Amino acid sequence: MRNLDMAYLVLSAVLFGLGAVGLLVRRNPLVMIMCVELMLNAVNLSFVTFGVMLDDITGQVIVFFVLVVAAAEVVVGLGLVVAVVRRKPGATADDIRLLRG
Amino acid sequence: MVELLWLIPALPLAGFLVLLFFGSRIGEPVAGWLATAAVAGSFVTAVVVFLGLRDQPGDLYELTLFEWIPAGTFQVDVGFLLDPLSMTMVLFVTGVASLIHLYSIGYMHGDSRFPRFFTYLNLFVFSMLMLVLGDNLILTFLGWEGVGACSYLLISFWFEKDANASAGKKAFITNRIGDWGFMVATFAAFFAFGTVKYTEMLPDAAGLAVSTATFIGVMLFIGAIGKSAQFPLFVWLPDAMAGPTPVSALIHAATMVTAGVYLLVRVNPILAAAADWLPTLIAWVGVLTALLAATIALAQTDIKKVLAYSTVSQLGYMFLAVGSGGYSAAIFMMIAHAFYKGLLFLAAGSVIHGMHEEQDIRRMGALRKVMPITGGMFLVGWLSLAAFPPLSGFWAKDDVLAFALHKSPVLYVLGLLAALLTALYITRETMMVFFGEARWGKSVDDELAAQAAHTGPGADGADGEVVVGEQGEANAVGEATVATETASGPDHAHAAPEPVPAHGVTPHESPWVMTVPLMVLAVCAAFAGLLNLPFNDSLKFLDHWLEPVIGENQAQFETSGVKLAFELGISAFLSATGIAIGYFTYIRHRFPATFIEQKLFLHGWYIDSSISRFMGGPGQRLFELAALFDRVVIDGAVNGVGRATRGGAARLRTVQNGYVRAYALMIAVGAVVVVAFVLTQVTF
Repeated sequence: MRNLDMAYLVLSAVLFGLGAVGLLVRRNPLVMIMCVELMLNAVNLSFVTFGVMLDDITGQVIVFFVLVVAAAEVVVGLGLVVAVVRRKPGATADDIRLLRG
Repeated sequence: MVELLWLIPALPLAGFLVLLFFGSRIGEPVAGWLATAAVAGSFVTAVVVFLGLRDQPGDLYELTLFEWIPAGTFQVDVGFLLDPLSMTMVLFVTGVASLIHLYSIGYMHGDSRFPRFFTYLNLFVFSMLMLVLGDNLILTFLGWEGVGACSYLLISFWFEKDANASAGKKAFITNRIGDWGFMVATFAAFFAFGTVKYTEMLPDAAGLAVSTATFIGVMLFIGAIGKSAQFPLFVWLPDAMAGPTPVSALIHAATMVTAGVYLLVRVNPILAAAADWLPTLIAWVGVLTALLAATIALAQTDIKKVLAYSTVSQLGYMFLAVGSGGYSAAIFMMIAHAFYKGLLFLAAGSVIHGMHEEQDIRRMGALRKVMPITGGMFLVGWLSLAAFPPLSGFWAKDDVLAFALHKSPVLYVLGLLAALLTALYITRETMMVFFGEARWGKSVDDELAAQAAHTGPGADGADGEVVVGEQGEANAVGEATVATETASGPDHAHAAPEPVPAHGVTPHESPWVMTVPLMVLAVCAAFAGLLNLPFNDSLKFLDHWLEPVIGENQAQFETSGVKLAFELGISAFLSATGIAIGYFTYIRHRFPATFIEQKLFLHGWYIDSSISRFMGGPGQRLFELAALFDRVVIDGAVNGVGRATRGGAARLRTVQNGYVRAYALMIAVGAVVVVAFVLTQVTF
C-alpha cells in the first residue's frame, strides 16, 4: 500500500507542477484557467491520498469544498474571459494589464 | 449667588456673538447700547457674586464648566477660580469697561464701523475676564492672547491709515516676544508640577527646586514685561495710541496692560520660591521703567502720548511693588491707576473730540473755559496721578514706595524721583491743555507754521530725524516726522504746507454719554484711596481682603507713626514740588520749557529708533539667515522626506506590471519560501 500512496502523491506533485508551469508560460486565458483547474485537482488528489493514508475522512470532505469553490471560480473566470475575448478577439492574458502601477 | 459666576464672562461673549452676526443690521446707537448693557450686566453680576463670595469659606469659589483638553495626565478644564484677587480684578475691569463702553457711544458717534467697534470691545472684555478668572495657566493664556488680538484689532481700527495698521502690527509682534515667555513658563510649570491648575500648582511651589522656580518665574516675568509694556518691550504702548481713545483708556491704561502685574501677583508663591535676585530684578526693571517713561513723558507733544508714557511709568511702579514683595500695593496701585488713568484718557478723548481730532497740546490751552466738565474731571485725574493728597494716587504711590523703602533705599529714592517727574509731566500737560492762553485760534496755526518754515520740514521721514525749533520759551517745538511719532491723530507734523483753516477750531463740550463716565471715574479716582489707608491696620481693607492669596509672601514690616508721617510728608512735598515747577514753567514762564523738554526725552532716549535701526540693519540680516536656515534645513528635511517617499514609490511601482504570470510567479516563489521556512522550523 505504501508504495501506491507514494505513487499517488508523486502523480499529484507532477500534475501540480504541470499546472503551475502552464500557468506561468501560457498566455491564452482559457488555457491558464485549465492550468489552475489542474493545480486544484492535483491538490484534491493529494487530499484524498492523505485521507486514505491517515484513515481520516476529513481529507475527502475537503475535496468537496474545493470542488464547489473551483466550480464557482470557473464560472467567474470563464465569464471574464468571454467578456474580454468579445471585446478584443484573440486577446492574451498579457493584453489585459490595465491595472499596472 | 456665587453660582452666577459663569454669567460674568458669558454676557460679554453673548454681546460679542450677537454683534458679530447682527451688528451691521442693528446699526449705530443700538449696537453700542447693547454692548454697554452686556458689560454693565456683567458688572452687576460681579457685584452680586462679590456679595456671595464673602460667605464662602476662605473667600474661595471654584467652578468647573467642562473638560477642555483631556490628554492623559495633562488635563485642562474650562474652570473659573474666584478668589479675592480675581474678584477684585473682575470688579474693576467690568466697572471701568462699562463706563468706557458708555463713553464710546458718544465718542464713536458717526463712525462708519460703529457696530464693529463694539463687537471688538465686547470680545476684549470677554477675553480679559477669561484671563483673570481662568483657573489654570492655559485658560489664562487663552485670555492673554485674546486681549492681545483685540488690542491689535482695535489699535488698527482705523486701518485706512498706514501708520495705524503698523502700530497694530508693532503691538502684536512686541507682545509675541512676551507670549513666548508665557508659553515656555507654562510648559515648564507642567513639567515641574504635573499640572497647570493654580489651586493644585501654587501650594506646591514652596517645595520646588530654586533653579526650577527661578526659571518659571523669569519666563513669566518676560511674559509680563511684554504685556505690561516694561523696559525694553514698552515701545508698542505709545504707538498703540493710534487706536480710538476709548481703546487707549480701556486696553492700554486700565485693563489689558495690568495683566502682567496680575499674573505676577497670581503666581507669587513661585516668585517667593525663586532665587532672591528675581524679585530684585523685577523691582529694578519696574523702577527704571518708571523713571525712563516719566522722562519721556516730559517732552511729548501729543496729548495721548504723554498719558501713554505715563501708563508705562505707572506700570513700572506696579512692578516695583511686586518686586519689593508688596503684592497688595501693586493691586492697590492697579485699581487706583485704572480709575485715574481711565479718567485722564477719557477726558483727553473728550478734548480731542471737542477740538475736532486735534491732539497736539501746543495747539490747546485755556480749554477749561469751553469744556468745564471735562476740564474739571481732568483736574481730578491730574491731582490723582500727581499723587497729591488726599487723592487715590497719593495713597497708592505711597504704599508702593513704603515697600520699596523696605526692599532697598536706592529703589525708594529712584521711586521718589519718578514721582516728582510724574507730578511734573502731568502738570505740564494739564497746564498746556486747560490753562494759559488759548492757542487753538488762527494765530497759533500761523505761529506753528512760521516755526515749521523756520526749521524746515524734516526730510528724512524714515530714520527718526527730528528738528527742534527753539523759539519762544513756552513753545519750544519738536517737530517729529517719524512715522511712528505721528501714528495717531491728525498729521500735525506737516501742518506747515497745508492750508490753515480759516477760523481755526472752535472747541465744544462733549455730550452727556461722554461726561457721565468721566464724573463717575473722577469720584472713584478721588476716593479709591479709602480702600487701603496706611494709618491703622484696620483701615487696610485691601491688604486684609487679599490676604488669602498673597498673605504668606507679602513683605511684612511695621511702619510707625513718625516714619509713616515722614514718608507721607516727603511724597506730598515732591508732588507739590512737581506741580509747582510745572506751574512756574508753563504758566508763569519763569523757567525755559526747553530745560524740561529735552531732545533726548522727546525721542524716548532713542530706544525706539535704535530698535528700528537695528532691526532694519544687522537684525534683518540675522532674520534673513534664520529664514535661509528655515528654507534649506527645515523645509529641506520636510520636503526631502516627501521626495524620498515619492521616489521610492516610483521604483516600487514597476513591480506591479499587470502581467498575471508575473504575479503568479511571485505567489509561487512566496509559497515555496514560506513552506521552506516552515519545514526548517518544524521537527518531525
